[in-house]
Amino acid sequence: MTLSAKNLHWSAGGATILSDVSLDVRPGEFLGIIGPNGSGKTSLMSLISGIRKPQAGAVLLDGRPLSDHGRQAIARRIAFVEQQAETTERITARQAVELGRTPYLGALTPWSRADDAIVDRALEEVDMAHFAGRLWHTLSGGERQRLHIARALAQQSPTLLLDEPTNHLDIGHQISLLQLVREQELTVVAALHDLNHAAMFCDRIAVMQGGRIVALGTPAKVLEPQRLLEVFGVTVDVERDGAGGCFIRYRRPEPRPPRLKLVASEGK
Amino acid sequence: MISDRPILLRTGAAFAALLLLLFALGVGAAVGETAIPLDVVAKTVANRLWHAGYPLEPIDEGIIWNYRLSRAMVAACCGSALALCGVILQSLLRNALADPYILGISAGASTGAVSVAILGIGAGALTLPAGAFLGALVAFGLVSALALRAGRGTSAIILAGIAGSQLFNALTSFIVTKAASAEQARGIMFWLLGNLSGVRWPDVWLALPVAILGLLVCLWHARALDAFTFGTESAASLGIPVRRVYVVLIAISALMTATMVSIVGSIGFVGLVIPHAARMVVGVRHGLLLPASALIGAIFMIAADVLSRVIIPGQVLPIGVITALFGAPAFALILSQRRSVL
Repeated sequence: MTLSAKNLHWSAGGATILSDVSLDVRPGEFLGIIGPNGSGKTSLMSLISGIRKPQAGAVLLDGRPLSDHGRQAIARRIAFVEQQAETTERITARQAVELGRTPYLGALTPWSRADDAIVDRALEEVDMAHFAGRLWHTLSGGERQRLHIARALAQQSPTLLLDEPTNHLDIGHQISLLQLVREQELTVVAALHDLNHAAMFCDRIAVMQGGRIVALGTPAKVLEPQRLLEVFGVTVDVERDGAGGCFIRYRRPEPRPPRLKLVASEGK
Repeated sequence: MISDRPILLRTGAAFAALLLLLFALGVGAAVGETAIPLDVVAKTVANRLWHAGYPLEPIDEGIIWNYRLSRAMVAACCGSALALCGVILQSLLRNALADPYILGISAGASTGAVSVAILGIGAGALTLPAGAFLGALVAFGLVSALALRAGRGTSAIILAGIAGSQLFNALTSFIVTKAASAEQARGIMFWLLGNLSGVRWPDVWLALPVAILGLLVCLWHARALDAFTFGTESAASLGIPVRRVYVVLIAISALMTATMVSIVGSIGFVGLVIPHAARMVVGVRHGLLLPASALIGAIFMIAADVLSRVIIPGQVLPIGVITALFGAPAFALILSQRRSVL
């Protein structure tokens, strides 16, 4: 299966959010998308997932535009975990994961034992089987996010799209969640905030700035101090571990020159 | 999940539900100013449907067949249809407080019906239900446009609905007061509060097919409605053709609301409260929630109609008064319970 974006363009409310974005996703890779807030990561994810249609250009699935595939057919190929999808319904953890079977169930298709087995496996995969009966609103942010991943796994699609999956999770949960995704034999495209996580888990990284992809390659190639300064405005040291891995260390900005203080006089 | 239960259990549940509904219809026909035993009701039905030839008082038979049974049938259809609308709107808009009455759809439908009935709009080409349907669509369009402009949120939809229903109720009152005779003016109560008094068999033949069609269309979309649990984008990524589902389900709820309003006037709180009651009993999965809501709605409405006839001897209360008397406290309960959930 191949997934690629060709010259995507997207604007909203008169502002251009993506312009001329092209990207080939390689089968089996973990592709990270990094970039500052507002650089177009989320928009790119929603175009690739087919939830939104590009105003120009196309997302190609096996060489054909997404719009040529039916919604259901896309859902069987691409699973998408949005940022922080929430509900106030009193559903259980298991029911949330069961939704992942939707693309395989028509209006009259009965729920089957096979569906149950797939849901069980997905729950075990994210280590949530013991919470299957818990109600959604009693679960923590990390548990909910793991269930979203389990729902995507139950969807059994070869490609998994994640939009900032580790937002609002503590560091332990962030890393275990990315490790969990990494262990799956899936093609993964993930918008990530943390540069070190991107360096740790991604095969390739795409850097976005102002609605364009400005760099694409292995972490060691892409994560360079000069580029990170240009894109994120931060001064960093990049340490290489010799085995192709790298770590980012942020430097504290130079203190700004002191501002003039207005001292109240006694008014004479 | 219901669907992995054995087929026998499901058939059994469906059968029990049907029996319960028949029993409610029987009670609805038996209770009234003159109480008639249930077996007479059953014999009347047998006489009329299969020419069973039981010897019965013609007056009793007439009351049951011509007045009470048709009335109970329409009440049941209305109850289920409004409850189904409530389920659909609450799920699609992801808003626990959505129902056709609160969103102003009922108010729009009554304005449409009154425009046809009293102002003669459409010059005979528009029937009363068609007028109500158009009114419902206009109201829903206005309310959703306003809600979208106000920013989509939970409160925006409800506030837009309040604006819409106030406006359309005012229009209805205006039309009735200005144009109508004293006789017609009394009808304003009918359109604003709901009334089953004038209901006869032809109304059943309108309400029943619409209610059944509505139930079938809803059931067909049960899994799609489940997929909206985490919002429209999540539904889309699960392979749901979101726009088509929206259009079909909004249209069917407008059709159901409009049909019922054109027959019985606008009745509040049924669409709001019944889905919540059903959720407490059967959970949130639509495959079960939809039929359960339809059943509970039907029984609730029959009971409300019976109460409206017996609560003040010799007088019939508008049914909307009864549904509000029970619905408003239930609504308060939902509001106070939701705090703990959110």
